[in-house]
Amino acid sequence: MNNTEKKVHEPVFHVVKRDDMPLWKAWLIRMATIVVSFFIVGFLSIAVTGQSFAGTYETMFSGVFGRLFEGHTTMLWKYLQEIVILLSLALALTPAFKMKFWNCGAEGQALMGGLASIICMIELGDKLPYGALLAVIAITSILAGAIWGVIPAIFKALFNTNETLFTLMMNYIATQIIAYYVYIKGGGSNVINPVSAGNFPSVAGNDYFVNIAIVTVITVVMYIYLKYSKQGYEISVVGESQNTARYVGINVKKVIIRTMIISGALCGITGMLLVAGKDHSININSVGGQGFTAILMSWLGQFNPFIMVVMTAIVVFLRIGVAKVVDTALLNSSFSEIMVGVVILMLVGCEFFIHYSIKFKHKKEAGV
Amino acid sequence: MIIQFICRAILLGVPLLYGSTGEIVTEKSGHLNLGIPGIMYVGAISGVVGSFLYENSCGNDIAAMNPFFAVFIPLLCAIVGSILMGLIYSFLTVTLHANQNVTGLALTTLGIGLGNFLGASLINITKSELPSIALTKTSSFFSAKLPFADDLGWFGELFFSHDFLTYLAIIIALIVSYVLNRTCVGLNLRSVGENPATADAAGINVTKYKYIATCIGSGIAGLGGLQYVMAYASGVWSNNAFGDRGWMAIALVIFALWKPSVAILGSFVFGALCNANNYIQGLGTETQELFKMLPYVVTIIVLIITSMRKKREHQPPAHLGLPYFREER
Repeated sequence: MNNTEKKVHEPVFHVVKRDDMPLWKAWLIRMATIVVSFFIVGFLSIAVTGQSFAGTYETMFSGVFGRLFEGHTTMLWKYLQEIVILLSLALALTPAFKMKFWNCGAEGQALMGGLASIICMIELGDKLPYGALLAVIAITSILAGAIWGVIPAIFKALFNTNETLFTLMMNYIATQIIAYYVYIKGGGSNVINPVSAGNFPSVAGNDYFVNIAIVTVITVVMYIYLKYSKQGYEISVVGESQNTARYVGINVKKVIIRTMIISGALCGITGMLLVAGKDHSININSVGGQGFTAILMSWLGQFNPFIMVVMTAIVVFLRIGVAKVVDTALLNSSFSEIMVGVVILMLVGCEFFIHYSIKFKHKKEAGV
Repeated sequence: MIIQFICRAILLGVPLLYGSTGEIVTEKSGHLNLGIPGIMYVGAISGVVGSFLYENSCGNDIAAMNPFFAVFIPLLCAIVGSILMGLIYSFLTVTLHANQNVTGLALTTLGIGLGNFLGASLINITKSELPSIALTKTSSFFSAKLPFADDLGWFGELFFSHDFLTYLAIIIALIVSYVLNRTCVGLNLRSVGENPATADAAGINVTKYKYIATCIGSGIAGLGGLQYVMAYASGVWSNNAFGDRGWMAIALVIFALWKPSVAILGSFVFGALCNANNYIQGLGTETQELFKMLPYVVTIIVLIITSMRKKREHQPPAHLGLPYFREER
């Protein structure tokens, strides 16, 4: 092997980091990806169901919105309900992610919040007046979620323990605690019958309204908190660089613990919304993997609560719509999970074209 | 009783061993692949689809089935299926510099969806009464014991009574351990995971190493799914039965301190912990549920202790989870 005679390999193209892309252009790329991925979803659904093109999208819409144009709003409210549950989990994770704290434990934190709610509903349901009961439910579930979230944060702050895996493991501990409680209260049947005490009130005959209102408030407050408050600023500095944060005098440990208390508490609220506002019962699948989907939602939303609303609306639309499409073809509804995965992977991939550009090597340059 | 308990622990531990060996290979290249649970599902369902097709092509007649093909086809399908998933992951994270956690979680969603959808479709095709699909014939080839196992009493049961995938798992773990610590390739791979910029400057093809490590790791992990279906579940696939074993495999990586040889013992300990609730006398069903959290509690304790001791050789690869872009210095 003679090194001097070795042929130099010239790459055909190389990748360069973009300085900044105008915001409208970045969103154009994302929107285009969403449109393309909707077509891909459509084609894949047609491939497995064998339905017509128009029929597939029609089933998708009717699966989500029902007979909305004839004045039936039930399906629409259910759709909104599903959105706000996923959205509130995504919002809960956002401050932690902005701090680069990978909270994969939304599932467990929400379950613990839900557990606190159901315990209050069962044990205190006939002992307290309605208003006091709701207050106790809110306080206990916020506390339960916050405690479940702050345990990994304390170890992260003190010993830099890996939080991704710590929070993941906490999910399964929470799941087993729920299994234990459900077994005791369900009398071995693994089902807790819906509890009538301590349910959220229905507003104008609508059971979903309170949940939607609460999450709307959280969305706005979270936007303001992250963008305009001092604590929100501290979170973003810690997320950018812990050293910088230390130099400017931010107490990093305090910020980590405080942010995870907020994150866990919001997950606890989601658990309360699920139990007191939606199911009136609990089981190990109450959150049903949405804690993981919420991670993706928060990231795709670029830490902006209002973009998260759009993203969750799209994903929940796909989940319900595609499930309906394959359901009418008598196929398993897991197909919608595949589609959600495909769309998210495409959205993750399209970020490349926003942050990097490909420079092709032209013949003239290469000849030099 | 004790022998039975240990054998059961080994059987339960092997899928975790495959998963964590695969994850260790991937993590050594600096990539935290949270898609492992999905990849293991895909490995399992690919194997199931492969053996389903082979059983059907033989007219569901065990006499017509060639033992070699009966084992080889599912094995190949599982490896190919999971390597494809690994390719998706490495294309997104290595070439497109996507966030590793997000890509991995999306891949897990995709993989579990694929597993359940294909599984349900097969169940539909067979028109079976139960919500499961039984491939007991293929499974019988997979779980064939060594012929002299029964003659050696407890010794034979403990060491020779397992299915061949169990031995393969241990062999793979030992090979991976050897390659990582004793060969040039292993040294290069570890340097990629510790500091890709330095590795790149030293002339190591970082992208190639990352791709190959992720794909091999995924292939190994996929076998864990196959072992679960064919050996543990005796060839019966039912949706979601695989459960959260993929996450436990990732936990085992930490438990084993990124050493495949430690992971062998660790997987058996995990298997024993998962199973302890069935063997402790006088537990009610409700207390059993509480005991099922043992492996997770132990993982957390290990996680905390390793982070507190801060021994250099017990730490994850320094560049784990971080993207590498050559022009960004």
